[in-house]
Formats: sequence, structure tokens, C-alpha cells
Amino acid sequence: MTKHTLSVLVENTPGILARIAALFSRRGFNIDSLAVGVTEHPDISRITIVVNVESLPLEQVTKQLNKLVNVLKIVELEPSSAVHRELVLVKVRADNETRSQIVEIVQLFRAKTVDVSPEAVTIEATGSADKLEAMLKMLEPFGIKELVQSGTIAIGRGARSITDRSLRALERSA
Amino acid sequence: MTEQASGAHHPQPRARTGGAQQPTAVEHVTGAQSLIRSLEEVGADTVFGLPGGAILPAYDPMMDSKKVRHVLVRHEQGAGHAATGYAQATGKVGVCMATSGPGATNLVTPIADAHMDSVPLVAITGQVASAAIGTDAFQEADICGITMPITKHNFLVTDPAEIPRTIAEAFHIASTGRPGPVLVDIAKDAMQAKTTFSWPPQTDLPGYRPVTKPHAKQIREAARMITSAKRPVLYVGGGVMKAGATAELKVLAELTGAPVTTTLMALGSFPDTHPQHVGMPGMHGSVAAVTSLQKADLIVALGARFDDRVTGKLDSFAPYAKIVHADIDPAEIGKNRAADVPIVGDAREVIADLIVAVQAEHEAGRTGDYAAWWKDLNRWREHYPLGYDLPEDGSLSPQQVIQRIGQLAPEDTIYAAGVGQHQMWAAHFIDYEKPATWLNSGGAGTMGYAVPAAMGAKAGQPDRPVWAIDGDGCFQMTNQELVTCALNNIPIKVAIINNGALGMVRQWQTLFYNQRYSNTVLHAGPEAAEQPNLGTRCPDFVKLAEAMGCVAMRCEDPAELDAVIAKANAINDRPVVVDFIVHEDAMVWPMVAAGTSNDEVMAARGVRPDFGDTEED
Repeated sequence: MTKHTLSVLVENTPGILARIAALFSRRGFNIDSLAVGVTEHPDISRITIVVNVESLPLEQVTKQLNKLVNVLKIVELEPSSAVHRELVLVKVRADNETRSQIVEIVQLFRAKTVDVSPEAVTIEATGSADKLEAMLKMLEPFGIKELVQSGTIAIGRGARSITDRSLRALERSA
Repeated sequence: MTEQASGAHHPQPRARTGGAQQPTAVEHVTGAQSLIRSLEEVGADTVFGLPGGAILPAYDPMMDSKKVRHVLVRHEQGAGHAATGYAQATGKVGVCMATSGPGATNLVTPIADAHMDSVPLVAITGQVASAAIGTDAFQEADICGITMPITKHNFLVTDPAEIPRTIAEAFHIASTGRPGPVLVDIAKDAMQAKTTFSWPPQTDLPGYRPVTKPHAKQIREAARMITSAKRPVLYVGGGVMKAGATAELKVLAELTGAPVTTTLMALGSFPDTHPQHVGMPGMHGSVAAVTSLQKADLIVALGARFDDRVTGKLDSFAPYAKIVHADIDPAEIGKNRAADVPIVGDAREVIADLIVAVQAEHEAGRTGDYAAWWKDLNRWREHYPLGYDLPEDGSLSPQQVIQRIGQLAPEDTIYAAGVGQHQMWAAHFIDYEKPATWLNSGGAGTMGYAVPAAMGAKAGQPDRPVWAIDGDGCFQMTNQELVTCALNNIPIKVAIINNGALGMVRQWQTLFYNQRYSNTVLHAGPEAAEQPNLGTRCPDFVKLAEAMGCVAMRCEDPAELDAVIAKANAINDRPVVVDFIVHEDAMVWPMVAAGTSNDEVMAARGVRPDFGDTEED
């Protein structure tokens, strides 16, 4: 099985997230990660879904998603032609002895220290899933007290925008 | 696979309905009046429903509507199936209405049923007042959440100004593309509030663009495959019926000379008596139809979805066949069986384009030669026709009852079946020559469908006779709608094929569970296993039907069969119920046991057809 990243443009209507999540579960697909937010157009939300399936079932779930009336467009973002990012906030146990080592790791991964207290350091990091995994592996020996991760968001490289055409469709019907 | 929405098939959106209409003058109304006015404008002439607290505001203006007939059912499930029967018999959108909470949840079964069979249905439910939503208020149920996986789309309306647009969109979504059920849940306060009404409203569905026009390249490729095939089959599903493509289908079939098999959902889309019709495919399909698909080198699937009841064990289904798959729903193509030539489009446009493309092939001197194929097909038809043995004890045979009803009923008769043995026999032994004469619950297999669906069909087609072919198990689920029929001048006819058992389940117990009849005897209690107690007449269907205002008869003797049917056919002012007491051991054949290959089709118990398995090339 391989990971696929789907960008789903949807009308910003109540219940749309439930419709999409329910579709995945009832067709037997597991969502690895999911992130939702509005786009440059306030009536359109963008849902980025990372799903772990073979390409044939992925085609089926994409077709089923397309049947949802509030779904405007679905684009699969290939890793080679898109930028994928996740955000983590992690609280690491730290004392006077270990703090400087932790800060060194933070700098190595171009992460940020966002909070410091006598017993802990809180770090903010963005990047690809691989990079964040590597950083967390380095931090683990110090003791991770709390970890929160966002879903993956992704955007295609180059000048082309996937929202252009959907916006036009939306404007036409308005 | 990127940009699915733009698709490879150059979507041609259907024109919006009502676009050119002159807007009506703005009326100052309540939300409830706006709802009824919307139903009038959208052309809903019949609504099946039952009022309650949350939907109550809608029923007040309903009383004054001259255009909308409301039929008061006895159970909301009946309203849902009636709307489905109405839709299947008329081709229009069926409408049902119920209150919040239990009223709405009672619609769940018919909505799921309509979803499986792609029936255009609009269900309107009352919801508790918007301020009370989410508080577990009296008779509150999240019906939009509940019906999310079983509707094509659903709406929750809390703003009265949204009512006309929502109703217009609901009817548009239900009836276009692949049809299906749409639920509109309207909060009580939205119906009570003052608003304005004008028609047509501005619809706003940027994400809904069904593709109806097929791609010319795919059509040409399909035509080329049809004329170069040696053993083609046209595998016709319910989509052809829904697209109103039956006339085109006949032209295509006769032009190509290929055999036609019509699924349970498509019976009547191609005349059963047509020489090119090889029968119904699937678990209880004819040997010729099942085998034709197994041996085919080309299957042209038109508005069909390779359902498991058709394919049997999927990986051994039609092993030699290339697949041309035409469907209006892109998600059906390649879902179960990979397609060599996928065609997304409306069946009517697909078939019309195929006719032209096949003609072009013929003009170029490429015609199919299926003579050897027809020799095989005719041999299978001749050796393994549908048939049955009459019971040795002189009792009524269920197949004979159904066959005689079909032979004695007037030509335009509509049949509605329940689910089980009687449904399969009705599929086998009645000839369906025209579309929309056979209504049944195919995908969902909903017992209890027949009586309310027949009621809906008769309400939509009052001048045509409607026979419900029902089992005694099914009948006990929804027979209360006979009261609705009796009181609303909807004179349907019901044949109860009464074998005293849940017959299809009993058949499986006979074949696969060592004849241990666990909980399938209907006319006796738990002691039935030890003491078969035939004919307790509990319930007495004759008394029951009479109590509900119907004419009731019982028939047990084959000698009286024709006379009883003739008598039922002659009564057209009241519903008629005939209790046919039939032999309990009759079985449905042919049969492909669940989970096995279609190659293992059994023509009768212990009889596997001789396919001359050595002849394969």
C-alpha cells in the first residue's frame, strides 16, 4: 500500500466534513491524516487527506467523493510535484544539563523554541513527515511529555492553481 | 489520476431545469406555504405521508392545495415505498413526507431501498425547531446524519427563505444523473416563519455536474468490438429503464443481432418474448443467460453494475469476456469488474450513439457473425428452459399461480413483488413486454415492498391494473396500507403466495442447513419443528383483508385458479386480496449458490447443465 495525498475542494457548508469522513469509513478506507481550512475564496474549503491504499481502490474512493454534491474538485498531489508540510508542537523534558543539547537539535532541524520553563522546552517544527519523524527520534531520549501534530497540508509546485476553475464554477452559479 | 472532477469524458452538464421560466410574482407566505407552493411548482402531484408535531405546519396549507394530492398512509415506511412505486411506475419523482424523530426514522428503510435501486425520491421531514436542534428535544432525530450514507444528498433547512431553492435542488438532484433519494429536513420554526415565495428560485449546485453525453471515441471503440466479437452479450440493467432508452435498446439489439439479458431491475426494458432475449442473469437467472455471460467474449453492460447477485463469485465471472461498461455513474465503472472500454453517459445517449456507430461499422462491411454463438445459446435455451413441476399431492403450485396471473391479467398490468421466492417466480413466469411494468426491490431486498409500492404505482397510474405479487411473510410486514388503498380509492390487487413459511430462507435451509427449519415457519409457533401444523390460518388473511375494507378470496384448488383470478381481475372499485395456499416445498431454480461460481449454475436440484465444457476454444 502507498500513501496518497488528496486535495479536496468543497463548498463551505455545514456537515461536509462529516460527509467526507463517513464516506471513507463506510467504503473501508483509513484516513492517515486530515486537515481542513478555508481557501482564498471564503465559500471554498480545502480538505487535505492522506490515505494509505492501492491505486485501484483510491480511484474508487475518489469517484465516490466526486459524487458528493458539495465536493467541487479532487486533485491527487504527487510527492514529486508538490510541497507537503506538517506542523508539530512538542513539549520535551529539559533541565540545565540537557537544555542546550535540545536547543542544538532544534537548530539542526530549523525548528523553533516557543516556550521554555525550568523543567521543559516546547518546540514548534514544520516540515515533511520524514523530517519531523527524524527530529522526534532525536528528542525522544530526553523524554517527550506531550506531542501534538497537525494533518498534512500540501500544495502543487509551479504557477498553476487548482482552485482557479472551481472558483469560476462557483461564480457562474452565483 | 488527477483532476477527477474535470474528468476524461468532457462533462456536458445537463441544462438546469426551469431556467427559461418566467419568474412568478413574489408572494408573502409562511415557510409551510412556501413548501407547498414549491411542491406545486415542481410538479409533485402526489405526496404519501403521515403528519406529526414537527411537520404539522406543512399540513395546514397542504389541505388547501388543488394541485397536490396527499395520501394519508398508516405507517411512514408505506409512504416511502409508495413514493418509490409511484416513481418506478411513472418515471416522475416520488414524494413522501413524515414528521421528525420516529416519523423520519420510519422512512429509513424505503430511502435505503430507493438508494440501492436508484429511484428518484424526495423525502420531506419535519425537524424540531432550530433552537432545539441538538438538545435531544422531543421527537428529535438527526435524520440528515442517519440518512447520509443512503441518500444521494440531503438538506437541513432552518431558514424559510431557503425552502423554494432547496426543494428545486432536491428534485433536480433526485431526477438527474444517476437518480436517487434526496431528503429535505425542515425545522418547524422555518415553516412557521413569514417569508417570500417566488418561482423559479436560483439554484446553486456548483459541485453537481452529471455527465450525460458519452465520449465519441469510446463509442466507436465499443462498436468496433461489437462487430468483431464472436460471442457478445448485451447485459442490460435498470439504468436503461431509468433513461427511457428501451426503444433505442430494441433498435441496437436488432441491429447487432446480439443476445440480450435483462437484470432483475431491467425486466421489461426488452420484451421477454423477443427471440434475442435469453432471460435474466444471476443467482436465479436462466441457464441460457447465466451461461451466455460465462462464455461470452464481449459483454456490453448498459446501465448495469455487476452486482454480486449477477456475477456470483467475481473472480470466476465471465472469464473470457472483454467488457464495455456504460453507466451514468463513473464510480460504477471498474468498481467490481475492470472495464476495457469505459463509457460515462446517459444510457439513452450511449445507446443512440452506439446505433450510429454500429451502422457505420456495417456500412464499412464489418458485421458480426454470431451464428455459431446462437447455436450454443439456442441449445441452452432449449435444454434448460425455466419450468417447474406441479405438486404430486394436487395442491397449488406457486409458480403456476403467478404464471396464470400474468397470463390472465390485462396487457398494461403493472406488477409489484415483495422479496423472496415469489419475487423470483414473478420474475421468471410473467412475461414483461414493456418498461415500468415490473416493480421490485432489487438491491436492498426489502421484504414488505410490494403492497405499498403497488399502492404508489396505482396512485400514479390509476387507469392501469396493478397486481402485487406478495409472500405471506412480506405481506405481514406492510399490509396495513391496504386500509390506505381502501379509503383513498386505490384499488390494487394482491396475490398472497401463501406457503406458510419464509420461503427463500426455508429453501436455503433445505439445501444448506440439513432441512433444519429454524424460525422459518410462519403459521405455527416454536412447536412447528416437531409437529408440522399446516394451515392454521393464523392470521386468516381473508378476514384480515376484509377487515381492512378489501374484497378477499382464498384459493387452494388448482381447478379454481383461473376463476378466482378472473374474479379478482373483474373488481376495479376496491382493493382485492387473494390468499393462494400453495405447496411449501416449491423451490426457485435455476440457482447459483451464494459465493460460488456462475459456472456452477444448477438448472434444478442436483442437475448441473451440460455445457459441453470441452468445446471451448
